[in-house]
Parts: sequence; C-alpha cells; structure tokens
Amino acid sequence: MTAILSIHRAGPLMSVQDSGRYGYRSRGVSTSGAVDRDAHAIANALVGNEPGAAAIEFALIGGSFSADRDVLIAVTGGNCPVEISGKPVHTWESHLLPAGETLTIGALRGAVWGYLAISGGIAIPEVLGSRSTHLRTGLGGLDGKTLATGDNLPLGEAGKLKPKTLGVPYLRSHAPICIVPGPQDDYFDEEAWKTFLRQPYRTTASRDRMAMVLDGPALKAFKGHDIVSDATVVGSIQVPGSGKPIVLSADGQTTGGYPKIATIASFDLARLAQLPSGQEFMFRAISADMAEELAIHAEDRLAAVIGGLKKRKG
Amino acid sequence: MSLLASSGTGISYPRIIRCGDRAIGIEFSDQVSETANLQVLTLDASLAADPIDGVLETIPTYRSLTVIYDPKTVRGAKLGEALLQRAAQGEIERSAGRLLEFPVFYGGEHQADLEDLARLKDMTVADVIALHASAEYRVYMIGFAPGFAYLGGLPEILHTPRLAVPRQRIEAGAIGIGGRQSSINSVPGPSGWRFLGRTLFKLFDPMRPEPFLLKAGDRILFRGIDAAEAAELDRQVSAGTAKLKEIAE
Repeated sequence: MTAILSIHRAGPLMSVQDSGRYGYRSRGVSTSGAVDRDAHAIANALVGNEPGAAAIEFALIGGSFSADRDVLIAVTGGNCPVEISGKPVHTWESHLLPAGETLTIGALRGAVWGYLAISGGIAIPEVLGSRSTHLRTGLGGLDGKTLATGDNLPLGEAGKLKPKTLGVPYLRSHAPICIVPGPQDDYFDEEAWKTFLRQPYRTTASRDRMAMVLDGPALKAFKGHDIVSDATVVGSIQVPGSGKPIVLSADGQTTGGYPKIATIASFDLARLAQLPSGQEFMFRAISADMAEELAIHAEDRLAAVIGGLKKRKG
Repeated sequence: MSLLASSGTGISYPRIIRCGDRAIGIEFSDQVSETANLQVLTLDASLAADPIDGVLETIPTYRSLTVIYDPKTVRGAKLGEALLQRAAQGEIERSAGRLLEFPVFYGGEHQADLEDLARLKDMTVADVIALHASAEYRVYMIGFAPGFAYLGGLPEILHTPRLAVPRQRIEAGAIGIGGRQSSINSVPGPSGWRFLGRTLFKLFDPMRPEPFLLKAGDRILFRGIDAAEAAELDRQVSAGTAKLKEIAE
C-alpha cells in the first residue's frame, strides 16, 4: 500500500516542487521547480532520494505533518525550528519521523524558501514530465494548487532509512549579486547603468514564485519600456515603465514585452531569492564567459556537498 | 533570399544577444515582421533537424530565437558563432504552417468588449465581426502562458490599445485584441486585452496526447458561428470528438 504524508497545518505558499519542467518554454510553459535548486537537491540527497525528486517547498513558514509509515525527513533552505514528537532537531540533516508522530516546521530565519524532503519522494502523477506545481496555470502538483491543511500526499518507495548530515559545508556569501548585461542592455544609457551598478537595491514583499519586484532608484530605458515581446528566462531583470526592476523567478512567464537590462547569473538566483524582504544588496556585472565558469564551479560545489554527505551519529 | 539582412537603425541583423550563462539569443529584427519570423522559424527547424551539442531548448519568438544551453557542454561564445553561421547558410523556408479554421462564437457573456469596440470604431457589431473574420492570421509565437497564441494579421482598423485596468479573469479560448496584435487565450487569467468572442477548441490540455493545439507558423481563419452551432461544438469538445478543420491549399 502506498504510504501517505498528511498535512495537518500548511504555511501560506506551500507547494510540491521537483527540479523543474523542461522542454516546453517554446510552448509557453514555465520551467517551475524549486526556487532554491541547491537547497532542494540537498534535502532530497539527505533522505536518500534522487536530487530532482518531488519535495515540499514552503515560503517563510512551514507547518505540521505526519506519515503513516516510518520515513526520513530533511528540512533545508534556511534555518528554522523543527521538531519531531515535540523534540527539536536540526535543519540540513535527515531524521527519522516514526509512523504517526508529528513533524512541525516553524518560521525561517534570514531566508525565504524552505524545503521538506521525505524519503521516497512525493509520488503524485507527472504532468508534462514533471511533478512541479505551476500555480498561475494550475499545472502539476496536487491539483495545481498550493498545499492546504488536510491534504494527503502519496509517497514513493524508499530505501533503507539512514540519517545523514553534511560532510562538506554548504555556505553562501554576502557578496554582490552577479548579473550578466543583456539582452536589452542597450536600452539603458551610461547614467542608468551607473545607477544600476552603484546604488543599492532592496528586495520587497512583492514577491512570489513568479517574480520579485525590487525597490531602489528607478531605471529609465532611453529607448522606451516596450519591446516587441521576446523570450524571458529565469533570472531575467525586466524594467517596466515604473523603472523598478522585476526579477523573473521559477514560475515566471516565458515571454515578455519589457526591456531586460540584465540576467541574474544562474549561480546567484537562489542567493537573491533567499534574501529577506527589505534587505539591501548591490549588483555586480560580470561577463557571460565568467558567469559560465562560475556556474560550472557552483555545479561542482553542489556535487561535492551531495557526494560528501555522511552518516549522522546519535 | 539570404537570412542575412540589415535594418536602417544602425544595428545590423542578425545579431547575438546574451541572456545570462544558460541562454543566448539571435535577433533578426527589433520589429514585428513576417520575414524576421520566418528567419526565426527556419533556424529553429534547422536546429531541430541538426542539433548543436549542449542545446537544451529553443524558444522562437516574433523576431528572435533564444537557445537554452548547458555551459558544461557548450560555451555561449562558441554557440553564438554557430548560430550566426547557421543563420547565414539557410534559405528562408516559405512553406508556411497549416491553415486552420477556428469557429468563433462572437459576443457572449465573457466578451464585453465587442459593443465597446463597435462604438469606438463607429461601426456596427456585425461589421466588426465581419472585418475580424475577414483576415488571415499567422501564429507568430506561442508564449506567455501554456499554448497562448500571439497572432499577426489583425486589420489595421481594429488596432486598439489595451484597457487601462486589466480584468481579473478572462476565459480560455477568448479571442483578443491588444494594440496591433491579436491573440487566442489558452488558460483563464487576468488580461488587459479587449475580447470579441471565444473559440471552443482548447489550445492547451495537458491530458491530451498532443497538449498544444497550435505552433508558431500556423495560419488561422476565424469563422463566426451561432449559439446553436457553438452548443453543438461544446458537446463535441467535451466528448473529445471535435476536430479542427485544416484547409487544403
């Protein structure tokens, strides 16, 4: 019989996400998947799943859960209080959740997106090759919706339940957020570029899985704020007429009509997404060549963290 | 005609645009033009027939092709050169896509703009419908939402700016006008476009063997139908027996 994970209390923006839905951007289908890909992959690896398995993503606040068989669980993304049967356990480690016992996950500190992976993964049907939820179009996930109190999720078959912990630390810097200029960098004059790179910007509460609106000095596109719509990618920085940059995220639309001053370097997407609302940061422009080097380096680093997981004692 | 062309803006096309460290674009124009769109689709077809290592996805739009790649397999700089080279080789394929007939129920409860549009243009509702249904439209691209079709070919008289305040929910199948563009809505959602009617065919259904009804390059004729035919078609669509009519040329 299929094991079930029951949600007794759900945070406000909780959804099923895997590593994303690929191959359909030309048909208007967003990639979706975890906003913080690394944290999602590490959570899965900690419970013995494939890095791309379907897990639960939550924003700011977790919830409470139980399973009807023994499972391993891991919470990553940031740090938050986690309790099993009322006893605190650490994030970024896997723990046994005995059948029928309660897992509670509190509020993230200093981060926005959290992940709960369960051994066996969430075994809902795939839609267009992925279990990820695209909330705006109601695609994938559990009926295309955010998870709610009372929902039950089927779990896949799990291997041996061996709790693990990180052997190689996974750290994130506080350096400026790297961007690659373009595709419409030439819509902005030297003055606008100076502003963009020398003034701090702030994350705001206007953020979800589709996009985040930034606050800071307005950017004027001297060639205008309308282009003939072209493709966007995850990390595109659109500049609408308000001059306030909008960074597209995992669920972002696939095309758009605003000029895009730059693209967030892929290895810094999660670092930006995890900045708490209201936090100031700076942008730093790097070449596409260097961004590729650093992207490959970041992939290798993630592989080292996952490869370096070790048995947790006690 | 060669794929190499230049415009009068001082920028020569095609040109490479960078979209971060996992995507790169080749741009054929900064305007809506059928030639640029054909260049895009020709290059896209060439990449499908003879793929470049490391290319994961391609996204054809009005006037550019964006390519998603794995930097571990191919570097953007090299890929950009390859795309320019490929674009310079081919002849534009004129063989346009399928010609499809879409039955449209003009008016109806969700399409409040038909009468406003007639007033705005100082025409009768019947004239607006006749004019809208007289043109051949071309699918320039699929994007924004799953299966959403951006169409070109809207008669100039019908060009109308978007609404100042978007509506919260427009149904799937709604036929819209936004500026110079026309569209067929594929999933329900908010929109600032003006809507004239709806087609009963589903542009997107993830449970169908072929989830997407249209692709870029397809051409469309709209045919007005009455409430009785719409009701019958609704039944056929629900039963899965409705078939879009492809017009032989």
